[in-house]
Amino acid sequence: MAVPLHYYLALSVALFALGVIGVIIRRNAIVVFMSIEMMLNAVNVTFIGFADYFKAVDGQMFVFFVLTVAAAEVAVGLALIVAIYRNRGSIYVDDLNILRW
Amino acid sequence: MMDYVWLIPLFPLIGFLINGLLGKRLSKNVVGTIGSLAVGLSFLLTVAIFLEFLRLPEGSRAVEKTMFTWISSGSFQAQAAFLIDPLSLVMLLVVSGVSTLIHIYSMGYMHDDPGFYRYFSYLNLFVFNMLLLVSANNFLLMFVGWEGVGLCSYLLIGFWYERRSASDAGKKAFVVNRIGDFGFLLGIFIIFWSFGTLNFREVFAAAAPHFAVGSVVITAATLCLFLGATGKSAQIPLYVWLPDAMEGPTPVSALIHAATMVTAGVYMLARCSALFVLAPISMTVVAVVGLLTAFFAATMGMAQTDIKRVLAYSTVSQLGYMVMACGVGAFVSGIFHLMTHAFFKALLFLGSGSVIHGMHGQQDMRHMGGLRKYMPITYWTFVVATLAISGIFPFAGFFSKDEILFNTLVDGHVLYWGVATVAALITAFYMFRAVFMTFHGKERFDHHKVHPHEAPWTMAAPLIILAVLSAVGGFVGFPIIEGAHKFKDFLAPSIAVLHPEGHHPMSFEIFMMAFSMAVAGVGIFIAYKCYIKNPGLPDRVVAKFPVVYEYIYHKYFVDEFYDAAVVEPVKEGSDFLWHGVDETVVDGAVNGSASTVVWLSAHLRKLETGFVQSYALAILVGVVLITGYLIGR
Amino acid sequence: MQILFFILAALALISGGLVVFQRHPLRSALWLIVNFFAIAGVYLLAHAEFIAAIQVIVYAGAIMVLFLFVIMLLNLRQPEEAPVIPHIGQKLLAAVLAGFTALIMIYAYRHASLPGGPEVIPGLGNTESIARSLFTNYLLPFEVTSVLLLVAIVGAVVLAKSKLK
Repeated sequence: MAVPLHYYLALSVALFALGVIGVIIRRNAIVVFMSIEMMLNAVNVTFIGFADYFKAVDGQMFVFFVLTVAAAEVAVGLALIVAIYRNRGSIYVDDLNILRW
Repeated sequence: MMDYVWLIPLFPLIGFLINGLLGKRLSKNVVGTIGSLAVGLSFLLTVAIFLEFLRLPEGSRAVEKTMFTWISSGSFQAQAAFLIDPLSLVMLLVVSGVSTLIHIYSMGYMHDDPGFYRYFSYLNLFVFNMLLLVSANNFLLMFVGWEGVGLCSYLLIGFWYERRSASDAGKKAFVVNRIGDFGFLLGIFIIFWSFGTLNFREVFAAAAPHFAVGSVVITAATLCLFLGATGKSAQIPLYVWLPDAMEGPTPVSALIHAATMVTAGVYMLARCSALFVLAPISMTVVAVVGLLTAFFAATMGMAQTDIKRVLAYSTVSQLGYMVMACGVGAFVSGIFHLMTHAFFKALLFLGSGSVIHGMHGQQDMRHMGGLRKYMPITYWTFVVATLAISGIFPFAGFFSKDEILFNTLVDGHVLYWGVATVAALITAFYMFRAVFMTFHGKERFDHHKVHPHEAPWTMAAPLIILAVLSAVGGFVGFPIIEGAHKFKDFLAPSIAVLHPEGHHPMSFEIFMMAFSMAVAGVGIFIAYKCYIKNPGLPDRVVAKFPVVYEYIYHKYFVDEFYDAAVVEPVKEGSDFLWHGVDETVVDGAVNGSASTVVWLSAHLRKLETGFVQSYALAILVGVVLITGYLIGR
Repeated sequence: MQILFFILAALALISGGLVVFQRHPLRSALWLIVNFFAIAGVYLLAHAEFIAAIQVIVYAGAIMVLFLFVIMLLNLRQPEEAPVIPHIGQKLLAAVLAGFTALIMIYAYRHASLPGGPEVIPGLGNTESIARSLFTNYLLPFEVTSVLLLVAIVGAVVLAKSKLK
């Protein structure tokens, strides 16, 4: 018996919400980044769910590319974080506030 | 020649412009000459027009010359036009003639003053306005002149503006005059509303046919006009500015506050005689006010020690006589007294100016005495004027004042006559008191500090001319003898008649004349006793009636009363409006809107924190809202 | 089948919550790895075997290793202090909004009717289906992705270069 579609969607939504909370609450930039990865994962779950439901492979293609892009993004993002750490001495986003009024 | 009547006010206006704009660069002699010449030319032109006028037949003795239409609005038209008739000619002659003499006098008196050219330009401006006032042919143009003389009075009273008392006096004069002007304006409005026109001839011709005697409209209009007259002519209740106006230079007092401006009210009463005779209530009010003013001002003059203040109160008192004359219907007598008063009052002021000039600025009579041997010309001209004001035959004042008293009596106002006669006695008393204190008796000044000297010829010549006029000027109005009262015959076409003149036995008239002179003589005798024979007598009298003296000396505390009743409440009101309304409400609103913006921006600032997470939160909020909207739709 | 899904879903959710709410970033990373494994399990249930494998290899194997390296490189020993900003208000707001979003979507999908889809291509395994689709329909994105990866590598190297050189 297949898993009904809305189970996948519910899981996805919950994971996405958790990711959003993480992005907003955490001060540590790396943890924020990890929360973003969780959000991407949640979206992937949605795609897979739909792929299963429609019996189409296109959903899985999307996940493929999302995965790839996520990997590239993580590489660049972490390089940025390292550069910021070297520059400002801190990776707490509170301290990265020179764009203020 | 009458076509050039517009030049009469124009000459002094040009003098004002030249002296006002270029006066700083011209020498004092040139400035003075320009000023005097301007008025002198007006005087000569007036004389020429007068002679031409006399050749007109009796019936057509009123000529109007229109310059241009000033206001044309709907059905209302106001012309800039002049009326040449006996009344305006008399006024023009008096104003321009006395002004010329005073201008010449000022050249000597103000010689050392740094504001010389400013003085002459103001004086010329004043003469322009006064000439405009008396020759206008409609109420509106007359009001222009009326306001203009008020302005010049303010400028000239406060001429030495660095002195606080002078600028205060100027303000007081202007404000009190304004109250009167308000009444005048109301009167003009009522007249316009009732008659539809402001032209003198049209209004006066339409008055009697369209309005019954005692009609409410005419009474209201005349009472309002009279309020204006009380302001300008210093009657009760608006006389309080005139004594303070003595802060101005003495020639100014002579010109404005003796001979010309203060007579504007009387002129207006005479001019509007056609309206006043239709309102018995107004006439009574006018007569009573004039009488009370004459009496009370005379009492106040008794206790003054400043020579100019004595003359100021005397002016108020004599104006009261003129107003009372108009009030009982003797308009001609009022104007006659106006003319003679101009002569002797100007002479008195100029004489006092000569004394002050010779005493190096001293004005207090208690520090004078025995001056007659130092200033003979001043002394003798002053005595002539004093005799005139006291009403002694054959000087000018006798004829005019006696005529007023006589007309008052025969018109049935015995009470008025009685009070006025007592006032005449007091007048004679205090005027001769002034003479004796100043020129006779012991010298009460320090010879080493003060060297009294006679006036230069520029000041002495006008004194002499005015003395001659004060001596013989009354003969144009010689009573009793038929046809000898040229003045009355000349003026008759301009003035409305209250009721036809009765005939009185000649013996009665002569008896009354002798009686008036006797009364004046009593006054002079009392003054003689108090100040020559028995110098300690006044102090003993004062000691016996201390309360009465206090009241008289402090001018019945009228100024203090006005201060408490009018000035203080206005100041409180203004204070409230300042703090309570302007500061709290208006400033509060303005400041409040500013602080609201500040508060708003302080909160809006929180959007720009620089923290990425705040921005992420903002994005999230937006996403939720949009998604919710799309799904909920 | 469904019970398995529930177990895996619960595991994913719990580990996801722990990622967000753990103090130490290292522990967050470890819990994220657990999360990825759970998701991979979910993928298996959805007949996406290849993707599940890829998930484990790339995400849990490569990306998380990179995360761990960086965490250790930056030597973050101390646990995070309590945040000053954003303050409690913002935290609460975030929680509420996220929950709200979740509820909205759940509500929407529950009441939406979804039609059925076509059958998957019979006879082929998952990997082969993906490959077939990848190299025919999605060829261009495939090539572009390779360029993207190149750019990412170059960028990462440049950004992380030490200034001393």
